[in-house]
Order: sequence, then C-alpha cells, then structure tokens
Amino acid sequence: MADEYGRKWDRCLADTAVKTVTGLGVGVVFSVLFFKRRTWPVSFGSGLGLGMGYSNCQHDFRLPYLIHGRTVKVSSQREKLLLNSVQF
Amino acid sequence: RPAEEVSARLAQQDQDEQNVLAAVSSRLEESLACSARAALQAIGAQEAALQAINQHAQKLKEAMEAESPPEEKSVQWKDLEAALMDRTSAVTDATAALQKAKQVTPHPENMRPYLKVASVRPLVLAAEENLHKMVVDLDRVVAQVQSAEVESKIVSQYSDLVQEAKQQFQKEVSSLTPEIQANWKGLTGKLSADDLNALIAHAHRRIDQLNRELAEQRVREQVHIEAALQQQKLEDQRALERAVSSSLQHVKEEARLEQERKMNEVREVMEAEMRTQLRRQAAAHTDHVRDVLKVQEQELRAEAEQILSSKLLEQDTLHRQLTQEQLDSFTLDMNAAYARLKGVEEAIDSHLVAEDEARRAHQLWLSVEALNHTLKTAGTEEPSVPLDSAAQMVRDSCRQDDFASALAEALPAESLSRGVYGEASLRARFNSLRSLVLRVALIDETHNSLYQYFLSYLQAALLFEDQQAAPPTQLSSEDLDTFKLLSYASYCLEHGDLELAAKLVNQLKGESRRVVEDWLTEARLTLETRQVVSLLSAYANAVGLGTTQAP
Repeated sequence: MADEYGRKWDRCLADTAVKTVTGLGVGVVFSVLFFKRRTWPVSFGSGLGLGMGYSNCQHDFRLPYLIHGRTVKVSSQREKLLLNSVQF
Repeated sequence: RPAEEVSARLAQQDQDEQNVLAAVSSRLEESLACSARAALQAIGAQEAALQAINQHAQKLKEAMEAESPPEEKSVQWKDLEAALMDRTSAVTDATAALQKAKQVTPHPENMRPYLKVASVRPLVLAAEENLHKMVVDLDRVVAQVQSAEVESKIVSQYSDLVQEAKQQFQKEVSSLTPEIQANWKGLTGKLSADDLNALIAHAHRRIDQLNRELAEQRVREQVHIEAALQQQKLEDQRALERAVSSSLQHVKEEARLEQERKMNEVREVMEAEMRTQLRRQAAAHTDHVRDVLKVQEQELRAEAEQILSSKLLEQDTLHRQLTQEQLDSFTLDMNAAYARLKGVEEAIDSHLVAEDEARRAHQLWLSVEALNHTLKTAGTEEPSVPLDSAAQMVRDSCRQDDFASALAEALPAESLSRGVYGEASLRARFNSLRSLVLRVALIDETHNSLYQYFLSYLQAALLFEDQQAAPPTQLSSEDLDTFKLLSYASYCLEHGDLELAAKLVNQLKGESRRVVEDWLTEARLTLETRQVVSLLSAYANAVGLGTTQAP
C-alpha cells in the first residue's frame, strides 16, 4: 500500500513534468508560429501542462474517494415493483 | 331301525313261510300224487271191476239164455268161470285199491295245522278240492260198481236159481235114472225108452209142478211184487240214503271248501290290509322315532359341546397361565442377562470410546502443535509457510469434533494458501509505514487535493510526537488523532500487543487508513490465525486433559 503511494507520486511527478515540458514545447511552437515569439504562449503552455499534470495528480490521489453517481430513471411500473418488493 | 327290524322280521317271516310252504307243498304234492295215483288206480280197478262184472253178467246172461251145443256150452261155462275169476279178482283188486286210496287219502283234519300259514291255504284248498273230486269220482265209480254188482247179483241169483233148478232137475233125473251119467249133456244118445219115459213122466210131473208153481206164483205175484217192491224200496231207500249221505258229504265238503276258500280270500285281504296298516304304523313310528332321536341327538350334542367347550376353556386358561408364567420368568431372565450384557458392552464401548477419544485428542493436540509450529516459521520479511497442510492435518484429526472442525474451518483462506506474517515483520512494516501515515494524516474523503497533501506533509515535518506512548485504558475523542494513535500503536507493537495495535490502527481515517489498510488486513489475518490456533490448542489441551487416563 505504501508502495502504491510512492508509485503514485512517481507517476504524478513524471506525468506533470512531461505535461509541463510538452506544454512548454507547444507553447514555444505556438509562440513561434502564431504568436510572434511572445512568451505568454510558452508560459501558457507550460502552465497548461503543469495544471494538467497537477490535476491528473490530484485526480489520481483522489481516485479512491471519487463517487460516480448517476441518476437512474425508473419507470412507474418498476417503481411500483420496487416498492412492493421493499414492503415486508 | 324299527323299520329295518320290521322289514327284517317280515323278511324272516316270509322266509319261514316260504320254507313251510315249500315243505308243505312238497308234502302235499307227494301225498296228492300218491293219492291221485291210488285213486286213479282205484278208479281204474273199479272200472276194470265194473267191466269185469258187466262182462261176467253178460256172459252169464248169454250162458243162461243161449241155446248152444254142449261144447260151446262148456266153453261158455269156462269163459264164464274165467270171467267170474276175472270179476272176483278185479273186484278184490278194486276193493284193495279203494282201501289203499282211502288209506292214502289224507284226511282234511291232517291239514288243520298247516292252515295257520296263510300262503299254504290255497294249496291246501286246491289239494282238498282235488281230493274231494277224487273222492267224488271214486264214490261214483264205486256206486257204478255197486249197481253193476247189484245187477250182476240179480243175474247171478237168476243163474243160481237156474243152476239150482238144473241141479234139482239133474238130481231128480239122476234119482230117477241113476245109471245115467251126471253130465246130462251127453244125454241124448245113451238113454233107453224107459229112461226116456221116466224122464218124460218126470218132465210132465215137473211141468205140472211148475204150472202149479206158476199159478201159485201168479197168485202170489202181487204179494211177491209187493214184497219185491218193498225190498226194492228198502234197497232204494238204502241206496238213496247212501247216495244222499254221500252227496251230503260231498256238498258239505264243497261248502266247507268254499267256506275255506272264502275265508282264505278274506284272510288274505285282511292280511294285506293289516300289512299296509302295519307298514304305515311302522313308518309313522320310524318317523316319530327319528324326530325324537334327532331332538335327543341335538340336545346331547349341545350338552356335550358345552361340556367340551368349558373343559377346553379351562385347559386353555391353564395352559395360557403356565405359558405366561414361563414367558414372564424367561423374559425376566432374558432381561437381566440382556441388561448385564448391555452393561458389559457399554463398559467396553465406553472404554473404547474413551481410548479412541484420547487418541484423537492426542492426535489433535499433535496436529495443533504442528500448526502452531508452522506459525512460528514466519521470517522477518516472508510470511510463514502456507498453513494448508497443517490445517488439513488438523482437519483430519478432528473429523468427529464439531468444535474443532468449525475452528479448523474458521482459518482464513489467505493464511492457508499464503501463510501469515509474523509479529516481527508486522512491527517492522509498521514502523516503515508510520512515517507515510504521518505524512498523509490530513487527507480524508473531502480534503484530498494536492495542496492538502502539501499541507499534511508540512504538518508531518513540523509536528513532533512521541515515538511511543502508552495508550490509556479508555479512548476519548481527542485520542483519535492520527499521531496519537500511531504512537499508541507503536507502543503496543513494541510491547507485543498486536491486537490493541490493530484496534488502534483501525481508528485511523481517510488516506491514512487507506495507506494502513494492507497492514491492517495482514495484522487481522495474523491475529485471526493466531486466535484460531490458540483456541484449537486450548481446546486440544482441554480435551487431552479430559481424556487423559490416570495410570
């Protein structure tokens, strides 16, 4: 279990780094291509990458506590059946 | 039975009658035959006598009246004498035969005793009738013979008279003429004239005498006729009397026979009727007797049956009583023996069972010890060997024991397949985990962003807690802080109380809990296994103690 923790961190960091760099790179590319060598796409890209990495990391750590709920539409008939089955 | 008797008696009677009848009939036949023969003979003889008499009379008449030459006369006289001889012989024969017949003829009086037997009567009657007829015939023939005799007597009288006259004449002639030979047949050639004259004179004298006698006779004719008539009357009377008497006798006889016959008939009818009546009576009697016998039989039978049934009942109850007694005693004995046997068997069984149990307990204890031992094979890092084999052994050794088998079943599967970690390894692991747990102390379900992670790291770095702290006896709410819990748990672990440590660790929440989860399951596994094993060993010890027999 502890190992998982360590692994998670490793993954997280790696993922963040990759994303950041990728963002940076894309930023650079964009900055070079579309935005006349401004710096803001770079930082934007890197920030984007970082943010993505951060988010992923968070999500990964939150994963055990995540509850995916979804509303289930129950037809009136099934509702009645359910009610009936519930009654003892 | 009376019917049978009666019939038997009747049969007997009939038999007797038959015998008597046979005897009597035979005798009657004999006597009848005899008498018939005698009668026939007598009749024959009488008829012969009659014939002879008639012949003799005829011959005499002829001799008297015929004027024939002397030779013929002598022949005639010879014939006459022969006839006379015949007649006398025939008459004697006839009388003899008559006498014999009369002798042989059984008198009706002799028949009397036989008349008692009914069936003989007709025979007797017939015989009597035959006899009567014979007697009648005989009498008739005798009457004929007598009449013939009478006639012949007359003729013989007449011949005697003539003979007498002739003799007289001859005497006279001889007296007159002595020299003349007696036989006057040779008279004619030898007589002289004197003789002839004398003879003529004598003849004249004789004629005169005869005329005188004739005249006298004519005179006395009436008297003679009367006398003769009288005599005849007497004779007739006598004959009539005789005839009357004989016919009276015959009639009497016939009447008697008729009467007898009628009586016989009536008697027979009566007999038949009496027989039928008797038979009827016998039949009625037999019926009555049969009914009475039937009733009696039924009564007797009922009585006998009653007696029989009562006796049988007695015997039956006695028998039953005896059998019951025997059965009871036997049952008692059997029960006693059986109880003893059962006791012995139970003792042996209990011995066996006890020994068996002891053995099993020993085996269980051994296997549990083995199990215990396998637990100790846990190394510092590796788990123990899989407890499966040992557990299997335990399971084998405690087949009959529900408790032990339940316990054996209760061993967790993980421990069986993978083995359990030892306390030391757990302790070590915990120690290594502790720092991590501390670091994520702030993370729970809701606060689990990365920032929180940073914060919790910071807290862990800055907060100092005792490495080990003795847990209080009662946990309060503030004791549920991660750091405190961890220090308590460490303390417990250091002091070997895995259970308490696990309990404390169980109070962790959130991410710390998640991190510790593995360790907790392992700890739980170990605890569980240890608990089961300790229970088993305790149980085995207890059982072993229980089954150990004092020497």
